Amino acid sequence: MSLAISHLARRFDTTQVLRGIDLTVGKGELIALLGPSGSGKTTLLRIIAGLDWPDAGALSFNGTDWLVKSAAERRIGFVFQHYALFPHMTVRDNIAFGLTVLPRADRPGKAQIAATVDRLLAFLQIDGLADRYPAELSGGQRQRVALGRAMAIEPRVLLLDEPFGALDAQVRRDLRRWLRGVHDSAGTTTIFVTHDQEEAFELADRVVVMNGGVIEQTGHPDEIYDHPATPFVARFLGLTVEVPVTIRSGRAQAAGLDLTALPRRALPDGPATLFLRPADIQPVPDPAAPFRVTEIASTGALLRIVAENAAACRIEAEMPRRQGRDLRKDQPVALRVIAGQIFPGGAAPADAAPVEAPKALKESRP
Amino acid sequence: MSMTAALPASGRQRRVLPGFGLTMGLTLTYVGIIVLLPVIALFLKGAEIGPARFWAIVTAPRTLAALRLTMTAAALATAFNALYGLLMAWVLVRYRFPGRRLLDAMMDIPFALPTAVAGLALTALFSENGWYGQVLAPAGIPVVYTIWGVAVAMSFTSIPFVVRTVQPILEDLDHSQEEAARTLGATPLQIFARVIFPAILPAFLVGTTIAFARSLGEFGAVIFIAGNLPMKTEIASLLAVIRLEEYDYNGAAAIALTLVAIAMVLLVLSNWLQARLTRRRVPA
Ligand SMILES: Nc1ncnc2c1ncn2[C@@H]1O[C@H](COP(=O)(O)OP(=O)(O)OP(=O)(O)O)[C@@H](O)[C@H]1O
Ligand SMILES: [Mg+2]
Repeated sequence: MSLAISHLARRFDTTQVLRGIDLTVGKGELIALLGPSGSGKTTLLRIIAGLDWPDAGALSFNGTDWLVKSAAERRIGFVFQHYALFPHMTVRDNIAFGLTVLPRADRPGKAQIAATVDRLLAFLQIDGLADRYPAELSGGQRQRVALGRAMAIEPRVLLLDEPFGALDAQVRRDLRRWLRGVHDSAGTTTIFVTHDQEEAFELADRVVVMNGGVIEQTGHPDEIYDHPATPFVARFLGLTVEVPVTIRSGRAQAAGLDLTALPRRALPDGPATLFLRPADIQPVPDPAAPFRVTEIASTGALLRIVAENAAACRIEAEMPRRQGRDLRKDQPVALRVIAGQIFPGGAAPADAAPVEAPKALKESRP
Repeated sequence: MSMTAALPASGRQRRVLPGFGLTMGLTLTYVGIIVLLPVIALFLKGAEIGPARFWAIVTAPRTLAALRLTMTAAALATAFNALYGLLMAWVLVRYRFPGRRLLDAMMDIPFALPTAVAGLALTALFSENGWYGQVLAPAGIPVVYTIWGVAVAMSFTSIPFVVRTVQPILEDLDHSQEEAARTLGATPLQIFARVIFPAILPAFLVGTTIAFARSLGEFGAVIFIAGNLPMKTEIASLLAVIRLEEYDYNGAAAIALTLVAIAMVLLVLSNWLQARLTRRRVPA
């Protein structure tokens, strides 16, 4: 166990931004904080860094209380979303900064600092840029320098706030793999913030999904992908189709839907909601079925269809185009469900509402 | 308005704002008539004098004394303004307190006040029975009719140049740079010296240079408090006026030209320094 966070809460004026965060991060772990805008990711990261303080809760590292320590004493590496490089220093001086501000007694000699910087430059594959200024670098290069600057102090924990947010898709993908490599060979404990789920899933050992100042789910990427723990996580991960179903002895039932592929669940009898990814629904032509195809659209590789029943329940499905060759508009179809997640209770649970104004939102609902 | 519509294949570059020719023309005309011509006239007048005569005027004991006093007092005033102006800009930008906006507005008073009025007020305050003079004179610090008085007057009229050039830069500073320095272990003093100060240095340089140049030429505020004793507390621009009143046009022109030359050299130097400092750090 290395970093332990418990019951952390933070409010700004009237906004409760963090409402009881519990998280333990092991040594050498790579954690992704994933969540929509405003869910409190940056706030949590800043509190861990010592740039902000919570109103309640505890934060400790290897058993030492970190809330009584300053940012400098914690020795963390923080990479800012917009890098925050020092514009008047060369790449070399930027990376060396953390070493040159050490108290004289602890400060390595000039030659030793230069050697450390050289080693980092080579490690980050930016050897050629040592004497450039930040304004003379591309976004991806700045990102590497920012990481180098943070790593020069051999941080106990590396924190990155949307490290690839300002980069284009190709550079993002390259840097992502590169960061994983850096993390593995440096052996640091790393937490990074993102709202790109692909990035989180590809890079992290564990993904922490945040929403409205709470952690909705923590787990291995595959586990979260296959078993979202809450309706919010389900929606956030693309299970955008919501169908009302009835549970009978652990099995979900709904007219016109073939749900036999779903495993039996220990849920009480009664109404529930089934969350599905459009790609996990297969329409099968069936003259007796209650659903009719109302829309068909092709994206080239994929076919998107919308099926509706008499109760105006709309279901979107997606499949490889060749598989849907036989489908026509107005055709009656049965829907086979391959995978999905069931949550007890009726549709649209209240926890989908933004955290600031749950009351107002509830009232406006019919 | 759509600026992205298909362009005719003409060689002319499209400009974002229309009227470039007209506005540029007006600007150049203004600079030419109001700024450049008088300076050129002054230089021509100076050239008329001839180098030997020019040298004789400028190195005459009274002129030298006046120039020395002006430069020294301006240097004193600028040193004070550099420190104090920076401090005031810092306070105005970094802290939130009641009356901040009022204090901010008060920074411009020296710009708005007629300099003669400032000179009279300062003289009244620092004279032996004025509010400040009562305290300073017994302590053996005479201000009125000394170089200190000259420096005080110069400082009063030029301090806004430092405050107003540094303030916007300080306001726009990216806060995350300071936070980055903090996480890297820098102390507050190190953060100021190594992150904040280098960022405002170019503006600070320009501000102090303008303040110095302004102090060199300050007339209205100084002559009341200086006492204007030849060889002792007579500033160069006053000496130029005196020569003019004596119909010694050459003498007046030579002194004025010397002042202008010093100020211009400084401005060019500071602009060059600023350009050097900022050359490779265009904001990202
Ligand atoms: N200094 C502050 N003062 C007031 N409110 C703040 C402050 N910092 C953050 N907030 C509020 O806290 C909430 C969470 O902010 P935070 O920056 O932690 O979100 P985030 O998850 O990082 O979002 P994003 O993905 O957009 O960066 C937001 O509603 C924001 O407006
Ligand atoms: Mg954020």
